[in-house]
Amino acid sequence: MPETPLLELTEVSAAYGPVKVLHDVSLSVPSGGAVGILGANGAGKTTTLRAISGTVRVPSGAIRFNGTDIRGKRPDQVAALGIAHVPEGRGTLPNMTVRENLLVGAYLRSDRDGIERDIDYLLDLFPNLRRRIRSNGSALSGGEQQMLAVARAFMAKPKLLVLDEPSLGLAPSTAQDVYAAIAKLRAESGIAMLVVEQNANLAFSIVDSAVVLETGRSVLTGTTAELKGNDEIRKAYLGG
Amino acid sequence: MFNFTTFIQLIIDGLATGSIYAALALAIVLVNQATGIINFAQGGMAVLSAYFGMTIGNLMLPIHPILGIVVGIIAAAIISYGMGAIIERFVMRRFIGSHPDTQVVATVGLLTLITGAAGLIWTYNYIPYPFFFDAGESFRIGNVAISVWSLTTFLTILALMGVLQALFRGTKMGLGLRAVADNSASAALSGINVGRMLMAGWGLAAVLGAIAGILVAAKIQLQPGMFDTFLVYALAAVIIGGLDSPIGAVVAAWGIAILENLAGTYVPWIGHDMKIAVPFVLLFVILLLRPQGLFGRKVVVRV
Repeated sequence: MPETPLLELTEVSAAYGPVKVLHDVSLSVPSGGAVGILGANGAGKTTTLRAISGTVRVPSGAIRFNGTDIRGKRPDQVAALGIAHVPEGRGTLPNMTVRENLLVGAYLRSDRDGIERDIDYLLDLFPNLRRRIRSNGSALSGGEQQMLAVARAFMAKPKLLVLDEPSLGLAPSTAQDVYAAIAKLRAESGIAMLVVEQNANLAFSIVDSAVVLETGRSVLTGTTAELKGNDEIRKAYLGG
Repeated sequence: MFNFTTFIQLIIDGLATGSIYAALALAIVLVNQATGIINFAQGGMAVLSAYFGMTIGNLMLPIHPILGIVVGIIAAAIISYGMGAIIERFVMRRFIGSHPDTQVVATVGLLTLITGAAGLIWTYNYIPYPFFFDAGESFRIGNVAISVWSLTTFLTILALMGVLQALFRGTKMGLGLRAVADNSASAALSGINVGRMLMAGWGLAAVLGAIAGILVAAKIQLQPGMFDTFLVYALAAVIIGGLDSPIGAVVAAWGIAILENLAGTYVPWIGHDMKIAVPFVLLFVILLLRPQGLFGRKVVVRV
């Protein structure tokens, strides 16, 4: 009998007001696994993540996380269950320092020593952030903000890290640095990840499998190797 | 002829009155930081809290005068916290996502409702507020007479600022409040219950207002509309100081009150009747030169 996945979406729809954006998305993330979501602009990748973290209305379908039905829960309740969402556009706290951003990430924890240890660990992983520890979020470069967003999410010690296009707006070399750090985080913590990425080559550097979305529907699921071998996928997302 | 003693007294009185503006201004900044709106009912809520404090304090007064006053202040603080939280949860929460103007108009409605309710229950007559000392009491340092009320008010506001600073910089609740004020959607993703923080923010603002209300009532007695003018000064302070700067608001409040006193005394054609215009001329000039306020941050959009 296969193990129950950590996160499972079954036939999920989602709507902004009366406008339905997701129609039928199903996917699952195993414990400790990393899954990518691929798709064109407007396919519903970001909305799928928002459905999980409770920031968009989900009229139908089921979202189960770690044995609990989380559909319709508030974002803070979802976070408390162990999902940390790094939203599109990073969502750092612009008027709070890097250190305060990290402390907010650890808001639900009360193990002071552990929090300090994790801050230190993340500052080793992202040396740029260590140099800017007293700077406000708004003073950071795009790459630094992305690193801060990932580090802040990790401070919550989540079971699942949900990342929305960590490479968005970054220079290619910076994007690669960010992905290298995420890969390292995954290797050292065994944390499960769900990653939306426009750049499939980057996504494939950390995920084991991926789901392809088209106009609000999940149309294809496969391991990284299977998808790389698929001609259509290669043409659409891997640059030939 | 210039009289140095009068000058010092004008400044000290200005600091005291300015401290009242400052307390109300801080309350307005607190709510604005969390919700982005200006709460016009802040003064009315403060007066209502003072009425509750007076009523409960008077019940205890026969047992022991000091006990009555202390219980009244504590009761006013607790009730105002609850009142702020309830108003947020059951009135303002319904307007979240609607146009800011709608929300501001809702607070104006609240002001009218609260003032009317207070008038209905306690009438529109001035009612004395039981306090530790008489409003006229003063002591002398050299030639300068310092009113006990002025000193108490000034020190109270300083203490409140210290407490607020400690709360915001040194506690987990403060961290949560600041995170919600900074980016509430993002704060929620870190597990912060945004609704609860908004209630706490409104509650704390109401407590600040209640303390200001009691201090004013101790000086001029209680009346439902007694804070209307104070609200106008507090708004001027908030706008001059910068909507996002608590320290700016306090400094501006002191500045306005001192300047108003000095202008009223030393500029003959202003006098006592015209001095209320002073902060608004100041407001006008400052907004022309620095639209974000003296201490406010310029909002820079990074693309």
